[in-house]
Amino acid sequence: MSHLSLALAHCLPEFILAAGTLFLVLLGALRGKESDGLVTEIAAGLLGAAIVVILLGGMTTAVVFGGAFIDDGFGRFMKVLTLAGSLVTLVMSQDFLAREKIDKFEFPVLILLATLGMLMLISAAGLIALYLGLELMSLALYVIAAFHRDNIRASEAGLKYFVLGALSSGMLLYGASLLYGFAGTVSFAGIAETINGKASLGAVFGLVFLMAGLAFKMSAVPFHMWTPDVYEGAPTPVTAFFATAVKMAAVAITLRVILTAFPGIASQWRQIVIFISLLSMVLGAFAAIGQTNIKRLMAYSAIGHIGFALVGLAAGGEAGVSGVLAYMAIYLVMTLGTFAGILSMRVNGEGVENISDLSGLAKTDGVMAFFLAMMMFSLAGIPPLAGFFAKWYVFNAAIQAGLYWLAVIGILSSAVAAFYYLRVVKVMYFDEPAPAFDEPAPAPRAVLAVTGILVLVLFAYPGVFIEATTAAAQSLF
Amino acid sequence: MFGFGILSCIVFLPLAGAAFILALRGNDEATLQNARRAALGTTLIVFLLSLYAYARFDPSSSAFQFVEEKGWLGNGLIYKMGVDGISLPFLLLTTFLMPVCILASWKSIQNRVKEYFVAFLVLETLMTGVFCSLDLVLFYLFFEGSLIPMFLIIGIWGGQRRVYASFKFFLYTFAGSVLMLLAIMAMYGVAGTTDIVTLLQTHFPSSMQKWLWLAFFASLAVKTPMWPVHTWLPDAHVEAPTAGSVILAGVLLKMGGYGFIRFSLPMFPEASAYFAPLVFALSIIAIIYTSLVALVQEDMKKLIAYSSVAHMGFVTMGLFSMTAQGVQGAVFLMISHGLVSGALFLCVGVIYDRMHTRDIAAYGGLVFRMPLYATVFMIFTLANVGLPGTSGFIGEFLSLLGAFRVNSWVAFLATTGTILSAAYALYLYRRIIFGVLDKPSLASILDLSWREATQFAPLVALTLFYGVYPSPVLNASAASINALLKGYDTALAVTKTAALAFH
Repeated sequence: MSHLSLALAHCLPEFILAAGTLFLVLLGALRGKESDGLVTEIAAGLLGAAIVVILLGGMTTAVVFGGAFIDDGFGRFMKVLTLAGSLVTLVMSQDFLAREKIDKFEFPVLILLATLGMLMLISAAGLIALYLGLELMSLALYVIAAFHRDNIRASEAGLKYFVLGALSSGMLLYGASLLYGFAGTVSFAGIAETINGKASLGAVFGLVFLMAGLAFKMSAVPFHMWTPDVYEGAPTPVTAFFATAVKMAAVAITLRVILTAFPGIASQWRQIVIFISLLSMVLGAFAAIGQTNIKRLMAYSAIGHIGFALVGLAAGGEAGVSGVLAYMAIYLVMTLGTFAGILSMRVNGEGVENISDLSGLAKTDGVMAFFLAMMMFSLAGIPPLAGFFAKWYVFNAAIQAGLYWLAVIGILSSAVAAFYYLRVVKVMYFDEPAPAFDEPAPAPRAVLAVTGILVLVLFAYPGVFIEATTAAAQSLF
Repeated sequence: MFGFGILSCIVFLPLAGAAFILALRGNDEATLQNARRAALGTTLIVFLLSLYAYARFDPSSSAFQFVEEKGWLGNGLIYKMGVDGISLPFLLLTTFLMPVCILASWKSIQNRVKEYFVAFLVLETLMTGVFCSLDLVLFYLFFEGSLIPMFLIIGIWGGQRRVYASFKFFLYTFAGSVLMLLAIMAMYGVAGTTDIVTLLQTHFPSSMQKWLWLAFFASLAVKTPMWPVHTWLPDAHVEAPTAGSVILAGVLLKMGGYGFIRFSLPMFPEASAYFAPLVFALSIIAIIYTSLVALVQEDMKKLIAYSSVAHMGFVTMGLFSMTAQGVQGAVFLMISHGLVSGALFLCVGVIYDRMHTRDIAAYGGLVFRMPLYATVFMIFTLANVGLPGTSGFIGEFLSLLGAFRVNSWVAFLATTGTILSAAYALYLYRRIIFGVLDKPSLASILDLSWREATQFAPLVALTLFYGVYPSPVLNASAASINALLKGYDTALAVTKTAALAFH
């Protein structure tokens, strides 16, 4: 019994979310319509409680549940990011859902379920646990992508995501079974031991298929095709959720699988990561240029940013991983801020999504225009904003690892990407005003302001932040 | 001072001014007037502070002075400020031009006034930061950061094709600079720190030096700008508001030259020697080609912009001659060009504010209505030509002298540039100021107002003063430049000995 309670102590955040979700389903089902607000508030409270538990919890590393679940510094760091993404998205989404009349109690419940899946995914120490977490997350995501079920685009987005997601799950499962066949174990540590240095062809095949499945979840090229359509079609809060929490979890498990299961065959996976990273950066930069819908723009931007983050993984080593962690944390803040801005884009009660709808925002709402412009400059990686430091850490790791061409092509594609971020600034500042937006809801407004200030002032005192990412990265080695 | 060093005060005080202007509420004329006064007051205080720093500066030492150091990013990345004889003149130039720019924008900027002055004050922080930072990453932060306010200044308050010009300005400079960023990372890998003082003592392997030099060149050549990557400059200049052009020509271009002298020459001496012929060739092309292009311009601002490119050709030529005269001349020419080209853009601004056209053909015979303006314009035209007795002469002469000692053909070809510059500058002057005043629109044009005269007075005084007495700038920078060249010669000698020993 004490053994189980010890194990539970290590997965307390997951436990809180799981028990809370079950309770909320009951509450929603029994109380019906009038419980919607309450369910959201409790859900937000649960997410917050999970963050607090992680922050106050132990600093040790432990593997529990027969080697399936690992609780370490890296996992805790990524879990906090994921939970923060979920929490902020949930808080921001309330007003949007109410205005679109889709504020059902299932929404927060599904968010909680997806988040629970992500936490399990981040802590997975074996292939079975990985798949469990991934599917729990994905099933909830398929549903909320189509949450606006009377909207044809949202239904299409949900269907697309489901079909392609099922395909990618299949590939992942195929890779996992190959790996199990060749390594004889499902635990990452065991796989690492078996194929230490001498990769059999079968194991490499397994690795490739596994990577394909994970690249899909990260929306990295060449498995990115679903991203623009789903980002555009899904309700905006759901898109924000995809762009933040889901990204964090997908990157986390990719790092964990590659670095703990395949440390011995770095030369094998490094080529794949470099390939994926290069293509993502270049495609993200060029494909976004022609976009007119801001959610589609953010989709291509997300593809590009995953490419940048993977530069750190390609570099490998503690510096590279800590760079990826820093990148993801900063990316989370920037994306939350940008989507807080997008959520505030409503004219006469209707949500609008075109970049041209932002025209002359500097004149009609100077504060929002300013913070959104800072987000854009930061996403482009212009110093002294936070986005610059994100790029600094990953590219610095790449240069120190001798990946010069990757760094050169990557950084040049960031210059190309600067063009479309600047275009958003141009529309807001240089163009004549379009109809002003409705009075924005307080939550997105506050999120935009807080994230905006974070992005602006990170340069003044980045020390603590860097210590945290370095410590988290160390636990993977 | 106030718990910071004086340099931090100079750099960050404008931000306080910007915050104050942001805090002003309302959009009535009184508030706007307060915003203007706050901007002027802030920039004047900053100028006085930098004068105070100049007074306490010890020109006999080549070391960095007023050094401040604090922890920042960890792992060898520090917050470090300091100036030496090379950066101090640029710092003074920046703080000196800022109040002039604020005055020049007093009336001509009528929409989004507060934002305009906020952008300018933020820009001042970033520009002074470039010249004061002693950490490469910090330098890059300021260097790149200055793109944001300048992008907005051109894009919001610019002319007809402002969007095109602002994008071209931003993307050109950004694409070049990111390569410099990679080079900075590589240098960090070798030295384990980005402290400029340490990097100046670090020897980089010869093969690496060439790549690093090229990466820095990609950024600095665009910024300077050198032929053939100068094409953003005429567009940016033409579309920017007057004060934006002044700052662009006066300070932002100097960041390129400053970068060469601070990084390329002392940190990569072998590569600099190796690539010097390339720089000479590009400089010569810039001098002759852009001077010829300037001759046929119909737009006043474009003409001055091309003349800027030609003058920066003299600067790069002087710098890479690696002689005391050449480098000193280049530094002096940059300061002088900052004053003169800034003033010329102000001159254009004066008549643009009255007539709202920059077409040369729209003017003529202004001397009859605007004698004072004609005088001021003449002084700066002649200084731009490099007439002895003006500051332009000293810089061009020293650069040519330096180049002549290295390669007389380079000096010969560059000298044709001086003749061409006389041609286009005097031709411009003749078309605008002389001739008959037969255009009805010009019949009631007014001469300089008090405010305009005030903004020109210090510029005229300094141009003439430096023309006959250049010592303040030359003396301040002499020790640092000598130390730089000594280090350069030693580094080359060491390589040569090594190469001989190898044989």
